[in-house]
Amino acid sequence: MVFTFAAFCYMLALLLTAALIFFAIWHIIAFDELKTDYKNPMDQCNTLNPLVLPEYLIHAFFCVMFLCAAEWLTLGLNMPLLAYHIWRYMSRPMMSGPGLYDPTTIMNADILAYCQKEGWCKLAFYLLAFFYYLYGMIYVLVSS
Amino acid sequence: MITGHQECAVPKEVYHKGPQVKEGMQYGEYVNNQASSAPTPLSSTSDDEEEEEEDEEAGIDSSSTTSSASPVPNSYDALEGGSYPDMLSSAASSPAPEPTPDPDPGPAPASTPVAPQPSKMAKPFGYGYPILQPGYQNATAPLNSGVQPSSTVYSGFQQYPQQYPGMNQLSSSLGGLSLQSSPQPESLRPINLTQERNILPVTPVLAPVPNLNLELKKLNCSPDSFRCTLTNIPQTQALLNKAKLPLGLLLHPFRDLTQLPVITSNTIVRCRSCRTYINPFVSFIDQRRWKCNLCYRVNDVPEEFMYNPLTRSYGEPHKRPEVQNSTVEFIASSDYMLRPPQPAVYLFVLDVSHNAVEAGYLTVLSQSLLENLDKLPGDSRTRIGFMTFDSTIHFYNLQEGLSQPQMLIVSDVDDVFLPTPDSLLVNLYESKELIKDLLNALPNMFTNTRETHSALGPALQAAFKLMSPTGGRVSVFQTQLPSLGAGLLQSREDPNQRSSTKVVQHLGPATDFYKKLALDCSGQQTAVDLFLLSSQYSDLASLACMSKYSAGCIYYYPSFHCAHNPSQAEKLQKDLKRYLTRKIGFEAVMRIRCTKGLSMHTFHGNFFVRSTDLLSLANINPDAGFAVQLSIEESLTDTSLVCFQTALLYTSSKGERRIRVHTLCLPVVSSLADVYAGVDVQAAICLLANMAVDRSVSSSLSDARDALVNAVVDSLSAYGSTISNLQHSALIAPSSLKLFPLYVLALLKQKAFRTGTSTRLDDRVYAMCQIKSQPLVHLMKMIHPNLYRIDRLTDEGAVHVNDRVVPQPPLQKLSAEKLTREGAFLMDCGSAFYIWIGKGCDNNFIEDVLGCPNFASIPQKMTYLPELDTLSSERARSFITWLRDGRPLSPILHVVKDESPAKTEFFQHLIEDRTEAAFSYYEFLLHVQQQICK
Repeated sequence: MVFTFAAFCYMLALLLTAALIFFAIWHIIAFDELKTDYKNPMDQCNTLNPLVLPEYLIHAFFCVMFLCAAEWLTLGLNMPLLAYHIWRYMSRPMMSGPGLYDPTTIMNADILAYCQKEGWCKLAFYLLAFFYYLYGMIYVLVSS
Repeated sequence: MITGHQECAVPKEVYHKGPQVKEGMQYGEYVNNQASSAPTPLSSTSDDEEEEEEDEEAGIDSSSTTSSASPVPNSYDALEGGSYPDMLSSAASSPAPEPTPDPDPGPAPASTPVAPQPSKMAKPFGYGYPILQPGYQNATAPLNSGVQPSSTVYSGFQQYPQQYPGMNQLSSSLGGLSLQSSPQPESLRPINLTQERNILPVTPVLAPVPNLNLELKKLNCSPDSFRCTLTNIPQTQALLNKAKLPLGLLLHPFRDLTQLPVITSNTIVRCRSCRTYINPFVSFIDQRRWKCNLCYRVNDVPEEFMYNPLTRSYGEPHKRPEVQNSTVEFIASSDYMLRPPQPAVYLFVLDVSHNAVEAGYLTVLSQSLLENLDKLPGDSRTRIGFMTFDSTIHFYNLQEGLSQPQMLIVSDVDDVFLPTPDSLLVNLYESKELIKDLLNALPNMFTNTRETHSALGPALQAAFKLMSPTGGRVSVFQTQLPSLGAGLLQSREDPNQRSSTKVVQHLGPATDFYKKLALDCSGQQTAVDLFLLSSQYSDLASLACMSKYSAGCIYYYPSFHCAHNPSQAEKLQKDLKRYLTRKIGFEAVMRIRCTKGLSMHTFHGNFFVRSTDLLSLANINPDAGFAVQLSIEESLTDTSLVCFQTALLYTSSKGERRIRVHTLCLPVVSSLADVYAGVDVQAAICLLANMAVDRSVSSSLSDARDALVNAVVDSLSAYGSTISNLQHSALIAPSSLKLFPLYVLALLKQKAFRTGTSTRLDDRVYAMCQIKSQPLVHLMKMIHPNLYRIDRLTDEGAVHVNDRVVPQPPLQKLSAEKLTREGAFLMDCGSAFYIWIGKGCDNNFIEDVLGCPNFASIPQKMTYLPELDTLSSERARSFITWLRDGRPLSPILHVVKDESPAKTEFFQHLIEDRTEAAFSYYEFLLHVQQQICK
């Protein structure tokens, strides 16, 4: 059992995915609050927008790590989400600061529903990924 | 340091930050001190206060942030009876000069334009829904059947003959007799669109009347204020999806009303759980309890409510004005305030760059302001201020006691500050002389300016700083692309692409500067109204954001020039008169509630959406319209009626906090045929237009156009599948939807959505802004203009308005086939009137109405009708005046000679005809039919 670079990548990804799970939960709660009128959309967008890029960068970061570690399958599993993130950020509304959410359109029922669904889907993905990384790490450690 | 190059009657002080560090620094400090010691009503706690206001509107169920500090009375038991001093002071407290129709859908007054003409679109009367939820228990009228035994009741009831369009002449009593034998309601009569040549009725299309029992019908909200696209609400979302029709509301909440019950009472009775205001559609379980019609909670009737101030009797809660009128206004107590009601505050921000001075709008504006200074809505606290800007920003110190206005110039546009925050917004009455001096001097102050730059962004930032302590209205006049400081814009329009049939780009904003500014303004209860007077591309798509999200309004005068384009100058002058003198509400919020099961989906209009059903409106004006898309979340099977209520909480210009409440009640149906029977085609088109604007901005114009065509195709094919026995080759529509394809074609040819015809980007964007913010009545004319033949006006069927006889010529369809060379035609496009004079037009008419001896001598540019003392001139003028009344935008009149180059303007509105780029009506029908058969 040797502690390889790949194993290190999986461990790192494990930790970072835990962080991403928190991001996703935060996202879901925030949009739920919006829907139930607890928060002003302006405040909510101001708190959510700074978190978008860190989340995307963390994800992109361990994708690059997997690339370096030549973990092709794991990388392949993460590619759709990476592509989605890039697409999502490219098609964001016109705004000067970082972020995705525009307080003037966020209360639109379609967008609100989309964001909520996005949150749940991401949470599911990150949870599955978390266990996959755990399995991947053990597998790498055992097989090497 | 004094700048010498500008000649000006006003002494100036120039403040430079930067090089003159010392002076600037001192100044900055001074400003800071001022700011901290100023007695501003809004301090850093403003955000929390915002929250609370929301809660007050929202009620107990909303947020948990309200602590004991919240003044909302949680218990109505504690409240006692009181007197009603101000009851029904309607005429005095809400004067409205326009002869707008009566809000009460009872007998229409003589001024109602449409009273004598029944509509083919209207819903039939006795067709029906057997059991309706009782309006209130004590009512004695029969609730189950729409037909009452006594025929005298119906004498004034105009819906009666509407079932039989072919029998309009039939007396109403006869119509009543044959009612029961009708096998199918008129609105469901199938019509073969491709064979019906004259689809457009000759009388204006009326809103269909919801199929309710007579009692509720009488009480229901006027369709001018509140309309729903489907007057029969489908029971489930599945049924709605099957019908393929949009469900939504069209609102005109702050309309000028001639009669409005105003209620002053200590307790405003509201449902304790959903905070609905008591309305005509609640049911009284007994004397002491009422059941909310939106959430079905049973509430207590407060003691005070038992006394009826109208009849001065006790124990008749159902006779109170709140329960007798679906549009009422409450004078709100201090519970509905977070700060003392703000005074009316008006700030004018004026572009004085070379371009603006050249266009000469300052003369028109100063003149209008001088004339209307005393008519500005407000009380003794009214404040006013002026700012001008080119590459620098100029403030005007108008403090009482000065001998003449003092101009203060701030040249640092990167970091704007207010030189003397206290004396820039001054009391209108105390400083009236100074204001008049300034307005008299203003048009000539900048005549020799060479400054071509425009620092609009910094000027707006300064205006925001100036307004934020109080809130109010900022009117911005801009004549070119902003070129300096924050918010500068680049030209994005490619003139060669104007008539492209492919992609239309740049419909969205280029920067979010104006949006952010608008949101900040909205937070401080400030609305920004934009007047764009520009001859060149000015990126309205970006600039409009400043008004869109701050609940302002947008006016656009393309190629404005005082001397070269006098008709535009006249239009500006008239628009300004209306703008300056119309009613205004400050620091407003509007909440829309609906029966449990329905929910708001998307809002359209100028506002900021603060929560799922709350719109934040810094200002509200009588010309603002709104649209709301609805969705059905839960099945409505256990109810037969649904209600919608809008509550508009605002501060009047007199400093009173008021709540205007409209309630609309509609029946629920379970069959697809009934849904089609209740379609309000005009409302549906307006909602679709709003949705299409959103689609063009978020996706693309061609997507939006496809969606519009699909709306027709889907709804007609869905209807076609419900009727089995008919020929499949024909294009069949129910009578209620017969105008749907025509209106959609009109939309496709409207400036906002047309392709292939040269359209300037700003014109297109402006048309889109109008679609979003105009109320239904005005929007319909923009979409489908009305065409009348006016060379043979008669008094037949004329209506009398204020002792004037107004002829009512029949509507003509918008096609060149209706234009005869021998006639003269008037087209009413909402924002413009065209009078087309045929070549062979009767010389008598030309002489009597236009004051020219013959056709050849009519001038090319004629924008008014001379006041001639002839019968036909009088008729024509009174008809045009009648059409003009109550318009937010004063229409310009163009007299268009056949053969003159201006006639293309006129002919492009003939939407039933074929153009190089678009279908004719018949071709469009064939196209739709093809799509259905696919």
